[in-house]
Amino acid sequence: MENLEFRFAAQPVKPAAGAALCGVVGSGNLEILIRPGDEADACTVVVKTSARGFGKIWEAVIAEFASRHPVGGTRIAINDMGATPAVVTLRLGQALGDYTGGAQ
Amino acid sequence: MNAPHSPGAWDTRRQGRMRRIERAASLGVARQVPASRIGELLEAVIEPGDRVCLEGNNQKQADFLSEALADCNPERLHDLHMLQSVLALPSHVDLFERGIASKLDFSFSGPQGARLARLVQDRQIEIGAIHTYLELFGRYFVDLTPNVCLIAAQSADAAGNLYTGPNTEDTPAIVEATAFKGGIVIAQVNELVDKLPRVDVPADWVDFYVVAPRPNYIEPLFTRDPAQITDVQVLMAMMALKGIYAEYGVKRLNHGIGFDTAAIELLLPTYATELGLKGKICTHWALNPHPTLIPAIESGCVESIHSFGSEVGMENYIAARSDIFFTGADGSMRSNRAFSQTAGLYACDMFIGSTLQIDLAGNSSTATMGRITGFGGAPNMGSDPHGRRHASPAWLKAGREAGGPDAIRGRKLVVQMVETFREHMAPVFVEELDAWKLKESMGMELPPIMIYGDDVTHIVTEEGIANLLLCRTPEEREQAIRGVAGFTPVGMARDRKMVEQLRQRGIIRRAEDLGIDPRRANRDLLAARSVKDLVRWSGGLYAPPARFRNW
Repeated sequence: MENLEFRFAAQPVKPAAGAALCGVVGSGNLEILIRPGDEADACTVVVKTSARGFGKIWEAVIAEFASRHPVGGTRIAINDMGATPAVVTLRLGQALGDYTGGAQ
Repeated sequence: MNAPHSPGAWDTRRQGRMRRIERAASLGVARQVPASRIGELLEAVIEPGDRVCLEGNNQKQADFLSEALADCNPERLHDLHMLQSVLALPSHVDLFERGIASKLDFSFSGPQGARLARLVQDRQIEIGAIHTYLELFGRYFVDLTPNVCLIAAQSADAAGNLYTGPNTEDTPAIVEATAFKGGIVIAQVNELVDKLPRVDVPADWVDFYVVAPRPNYIEPLFTRDPAQITDVQVLMAMMALKGIYAEYGVKRLNHGIGFDTAAIELLLPTYATELGLKGKICTHWALNPHPTLIPAIESGCVESIHSFGSEVGMENYIAARSDIFFTGADGSMRSNRAFSQTAGLYACDMFIGSTLQIDLAGNSSTATMGRITGFGGAPNMGSDPHGRRHASPAWLKAGREAGGPDAIRGRKLVVQMVETFREHMAPVFVEELDAWKLKESMGMELPPIMIYGDDVTHIVTEEGIANLLLCRTPEEREQAIRGVAGFTPVGMARDRKMVEQLRQRGIIRRAEDLGIDPRRANRDLLAARSVKDLVRWSGGLYAPPARFRNW
């Protein structure tokens, strides 16, 4: 297991739900929970992953996500079992869609 | 006037043929050869140094004849020059290890790729060239005409007429080249019958046939279990349908093998139909009978399919859908690889397939170190045919995107569809293809590139679609590729500003640019989510092989 923490500045989000959960903890997949955060213009992310040594790619994937979408004011928790960047990006998009009710 | 040639100098091949037939006759064997005497027959009719065409593709295999040839005495038969579509069976490689054959011209070697590479390095084999299917078939009629061919059919009658069954595949091309240039045609069949359902090869083109002790091997290579399709593949399929199929109105096409294109096939009755694309895309195909296309056929999305070969378990379904598939008067399918490859090359507007590596020029390769895999048919279909003259809306639009409104030719759409990382986080996008290292280590004249970059028009990844037709400089092309290469080192090294400009110009399009909600990228969108669903869609006509039955 490896624990990673990131914080990115981001445009404030307009939530439509109190929280959003997406994905499952299974091989090659991951579970993402988005909840309200403490800072309106930042997104904090905590990753627990079974695959060690991919910190740089995690940082790049989440930074890209935070730059493409308004995710300020969120706290994102991720439980990962070896998902590829493609799966991580898709699940982040799906969870954010649920959190904002489709408005991005 | 030239002096007249002495009589006999013009028919040495015919004389050679007579000599071989006489040797067989002296063994006392008739046209129907007992399986126990097949080795004697091969040693009698084949001569050292002969060109021998051994039938076998990635589907049907003349496996009994291949094993019999490998068991021949290397003192009698040696230095054979083998001609083969596919080197797939252990016995194919045994021929070289046992000193019976020394030279090989072929097209594809999938499962035996590693053994083949070792033989090349140990100088136990001389490779003439690695071809595409159409090149190899073409050379059978030019400078690689077989002296003897060993083919596979379903059944023979007493006269020696052959019925190939649905897996006709390469047989007509091989027999035509051999029988009409003084060669000897030897067939293995699964059964001897009183009356054939139809005649696929007439008896007077066949010299000998043998009832093999077991049916010829057929690989169900084109069956993909929908249960293994991922949400990311659904997303990519949605992007491809909206950003390419709908955009160009692609009606005539070929799909490669793989889960990426299987996902597209399973979205035709759902997502594509919802987009109003039924009848506007994917109506005419050069394609093997993919089980994953059953829901689209049943939903009325497909009008016609011509196939290279058949697919195990699809026989009854095909026979019951003769409006869609090419079938004989007897009801069973007739496939033909040479014709279907020609259809894929000249009569289709699009090829879409997957690959293992793509470089910054868009060249792609399935070669990996220590394996010689070859090409098969993908380069025939995945290339822009400069011999094409008929127009279609998709072809014209692609041509004008590349050459402007006054372009004097259209373009075939050649699409590569890949996730940016393969298993074990191996990046698909690379600075240099492994094909170059393979070229060095194998002493090849050229790197084994499957699809040349200048033929590729679009690359689809989970990050978006790169339209290479619209790129105007090599730099734009490189950044368009980096711009969909995700978090691979190649993707991370992108010029972000230039990639954003390419996106403004529509050269790169992301899911959100196409109006695709990622929440819909879900397996629930697939028309079938298991092999059992496919059986249900077929009304019980599809009978999947045991390995795909998990219920």
